[in-house]
Amino acid sequence: MSNLYRSRRRRNGLATCLSLAATFLGLSWLVLILAVLLWKGFSGLSVQVFTEMTPPPGSVGGLLNPIVGSLIMTMLAVAIGTPVGILAGTYMAEYGRHDKLTSVVRFINDILLSAPSIVIGLFVYEIMVYPMGHFSAWAGAVALALIVIPVVVRTTEDMLLMVSNPLRESAFALGLPRAYVIRHVCYRVARAGMLTGVLLAVARISGETAPLLFTALNNQFWSTNLDAPMASLPVVIFQFALSPYEDWQKLAWTGALIITLAVLALSIVARAVAASRKEP
Amino acid sequence: MSAADSFSRLAVFRRLRSRDAVFRILTRTSALGVLMVLGSAIVVLVSGALPALRAFGLAFLTTEMWNPVTEKFGALAPIYGTLVTSAIAMTIAVPVSLMIAVFLTEICPMRLRRPIGIAIELLAGIPSIIYGIWGLFVFAPFLQHTLQPFLIELFGPVPVLSTLFAGPPYGIGILTAGLILAIMVLPFIASISRDVFEAVPPVLKEAAYGVGCTTWEVVRYVVLPYARVGVIGGVMLGLGRALGETMAVTFVIGNAHRVSGSILAPGTTISATIANEFTEAVGDLYSSSLIALGLILFVITFIVLALARYLLMRLEDRVAP
Repeated sequence: MSNLYRSRRRRNGLATCLSLAATFLGLSWLVLILAVLLWKGFSGLSVQVFTEMTPPPGSVGGLLNPIVGSLIMTMLAVAIGTPVGILAGTYMAEYGRHDKLTSVVRFINDILLSAPSIVIGLFVYEIMVYPMGHFSAWAGAVALALIVIPVVVRTTEDMLLMVSNPLRESAFALGLPRAYVIRHVCYRVARAGMLTGVLLAVARISGETAPLLFTALNNQFWSTNLDAPMASLPVVIFQFALSPYEDWQKLAWTGALIITLAVLALSIVARAVAASRKEP
Repeated sequence: MSAADSFSRLAVFRRLRSRDAVFRILTRTSALGVLMVLGSAIVVLVSGALPALRAFGLAFLTTEMWNPVTEKFGALAPIYGTLVTSAIAMTIAVPVSLMIAVFLTEICPMRLRRPIGIAIELLAGIPSIIYGIWGLFVFAPFLQHTLQPFLIELFGPVPVLSTLFAGPPYGIGILTAGLILAIMVLPFIASISRDVFEAVPPVLKEAAYGVGCTTWEVVRYVVLPYARVGVIGGVMLGLGRALGETMAVTFVIGNAHRVSGSILAPGTTISATIANEFTEAVGDLYSSSLIALGLILFVITFIVLALARYLLMRLEDRVAP
């Protein structure tokens, strides 16, 4: 009897230890990656990085054009993807809550949410780059927008479904038309949650590399022409890190540090926004 | 009330109604747009892959040869690499992330649950290119000098395992890619499992504790069986991610188009092949073959993700009412 008890206790202790170890392992990866990034990237951080163009190997330079390129394409992608995502999410939560269409769209949207981003790159290459005959920032932005849409659809639908029905009913009781109620009552209540969705989408696309490789490609020089290839931080990191030149690799680390800090900051802000919703 | 007044009231009413209709149509079109994206992606990929599929037929799936010069292409090596790296990733990530979820729901003190949960989720937010550069410059050299020589030494005399761990230790290769994928999918599986574990009715757990079960026995005989469907869904979701992951793998897999018995050898995956070769692909047959690879990847991940969503949806149905 006491043998059985002891073996049960032993097993329980072992499981506790293992779960502790697993959590420790998970957390240590985060610490390890951040530490290496800071270690390798921080020394390269200077004003130069933000003011000069990507250099040819062997000379000094910065990351200005990829940073600007990333910002431009991210903003374009959000500008294209957010309205579509919000409208689609609105249909699912407000108009077609019990539709067959809604459940199909939800299913497909969930698939798109985790579809391999390189496949999205291939798709945009086929519909935009190949017919147009050249790589362009537009194509890059569309590829990123296709990643934004499912994220925004998901959060918009979830947030609108959380808006309480009595609120809608009281607005309808005043005789307000449906579109007005959605825009001025439901959106207002769900605003913080929807903003969280957009921020998460931005965090997601600012590190995306694969879909940009053959849509926006890359550009060694300063360019704000949306119809031409455009540099972006992730693609420059990809190219520089795999190059044999040490100063390029150093810049890649610095770029990696910048992206990671930006993405982590965005996801923390998104969390803060989502948490602030619950206060009032 | 004058006639003009009621007329204008009617006009206002009409205007509101038409705006209402416009907004409704707009939202419906967007929702249909989401469907169209997936639909057209499939159509576009199939039509792009058609030349290659026509030239090589079903043998495309079973040929190892990948030669741009003679324009002979086969997808066996990338498919093999994709499946093996994902298998390695899941073998490691599933038990570890389940134990993390157990820790977060059953053992961890309340006050630490949120911060640790957030830290694990931040791990999921780190862009894959960061894992790539970290894997290439830090993780692969580390493996080359420690784990890989050890594995070669350890399994050298064992008959079957010696081919699986045949040297030399390159550092980069299928095992390294699998390990990095494991780290990348771990937070996904962990956070879904945590959510699923939390959905287990407390009454069930309390009953088990009440008859004197240990924490581990509660997890093993109450939580895990109850949450099984959801956990499998989460695992499939992680698998979908591992199959399609591109940048991290591209950095460390070594990009060799061959099927090797050793997991220490360099290999390639579908996504790594596309990422590496697509912009350099000259000739219609070459790029069409790469698009065919993309189509294969899409089909595989589609099946896996659809299954995952189906399982998770079934769980939601059970929890909701």
